[in-house]
Amino acid sequence: MQALTSKAKQVSRKPMSFTERMYLPAIFKGMMITFSHIFKKKPTINYPEKQRPFSPVFRGMQILNRDEEGRENCTACGLCAVACPAEAITMEAAERQPGEENLYREEKYAAKYEINMLRCIFCGLCEEACPKDAIYLSETFAPADYQRKQFVYAKNELLIPHPKENPEAYKKALGNRSNKSTVN
Amino acid sequence: MLLAIDLGLVIEKLILIVVVISASLVIAMYTTFAERKVAAILQDRRGPNRAGPFGLLQPLADGLKLFFKEEIIPDFSNKFLFILGPALAMLTAMMTSAIIPWGDKVELFGREISLQITDVNVGILYVFGVVSLGVYGIMIGSWASNNKFSLMGGLRAASQIISYELAMGISIIALLMVTGTLSLKEMVVQQQAGYWNIVKQPLGFLIFLICAFAECNRTPFDLPEAENELIGGYHTEYSSMKLGFFLFAEYINMFVSSVIMATLFFGGYDIPFFNEATLSPNIAAILGIVALMAKVVFFIFLFMWVRWTIPRFRYDQLMHLGWRILIPLALFNMLATGASILYFQ
Repeated sequence: MQALTSKAKQVSRKPMSFTERMYLPAIFKGMMITFSHIFKKKPTINYPEKQRPFSPVFRGMQILNRDEEGRENCTACGLCAVACPAEAITMEAAERQPGEENLYREEKYAAKYEINMLRCIFCGLCEEACPKDAIYLSETFAPADYQRKQFVYAKNELLIPHPKENPEAYKKALGNRSNKSTVN
Repeated sequence: MLLAIDLGLVIEKLILIVVVISASLVIAMYTTFAERKVAAILQDRRGPNRAGPFGLLQPLADGLKLFFKEEIIPDFSNKFLFILGPALAMLTAMMTSAIIPWGDKVELFGREISLQITDVNVGILYVFGVVSLGVYGIMIGSWASNNKFSLMGGLRAASQIISYELAMGISIIALLMVTGTLSLKEMVVQQQAGYWNIVKQPLGFLIFLICAFAECNRTPFDLPEAENELIGGYHTEYSSMKLGFFLFAEYINMFVSSVIMATLFFGGYDIPFFNEATLSPNIAAILGIVALMAKVVFFIFLFMWVRWTIPRFRYDQLMHLGWRILIPLALFNMLATGASILYFQ
């Protein structure tokens, strides 16, 4: 029968030679190869002492942003909740009272803002949907826990630290993002 | 004359027994840890290094995990035999450590204590007898599981062990012709005076090494274990500490096989190129123990090194190797040894 292609490899079906039938020389060669692996560099990384660096666009846990004066950006418009494919975000809006101008940017703010981390798929659509640059995904993982309840993160756990009261923590949480000014 | 029991002898033997058994257990425990570490190092990764400093408490964690698991005894199994199987395996594994000379004499409290629990004059024969009993542990374990696949796995394991016992025995006969004595202590004393037996019996050592791999169910002869992944094997139905006993007995077997190989062919507690008579007896004994342990560590590393290098044999290849290659080779070794002894006389 003719071979269909010219790339067919001929399998050698010769019976084993004496040195091959003895198995021992081949075993010895194999053992030398395994022995040489003892002295090779191991690619294992000793987490948590050393950590692998993430890329700048890594999608980790959410952070609610503030502007430079420390006012919360989020206006509880609900676009992130609508964009979320896993329906993980819930919020309740409230009106800004006269004495609270330094806390919130606009007249509407989110009184209750909750993200269910067990539903979140870290896709980043909420970050893309937000018109106020109020939510973005940072580099931290969501840490492990023992109960389901504790995975529903409330607003105070998600908020970025205050830039005036806690500047280093604010800068660290911002990472290498530029705090773009919002539209209005 | 009434029973004049030398109380000192009884106490020293009791202490020696306790020390040897606990040392075997601890060494077998850390052999499981070493297995994981050596496997990791040969595979370009690190082993367990989280439990305790450098992972040294890992075997403790494994043992405790086995204790805390649920004890399941299947309803349709034979309860007595089910519990007897692992017990037998563990018993025969530990019994072989009774005649090994761990070191020379130690002088304490004005008495000379020899570091060997008992020096029977049929040393090697006793070892073979106990190893043959080890088959019972596996057979009883597989029968008592009341499981077709366990039975098949146990049958394969038993046939493998008894096939390789033959070649092992014949290679030892050739060694006996050279040393002229069965007692292990005598062999070590002879090797201290002359050359190590490996020089006189290289082929015998090779055959003994291959058979030791088969007796311990180690790769490339680990069909009984491989069947755990494929079908069943004799410890499918076991859980918790009974399973722990089966697995542990394998590591103790490995340790004892290494010690016996070191004693028979590599001089036991003899330190090469060194005259121990120049030191005080206690120091010489301790150095001898250290030398023996060094040889044992090398052999255990060899066991693990081979495990992670070569794939396992198929069942018919295994039987072919045991009956049609190793036994004729061992017979040839015996004949050659006999002929050369006659020639050099």
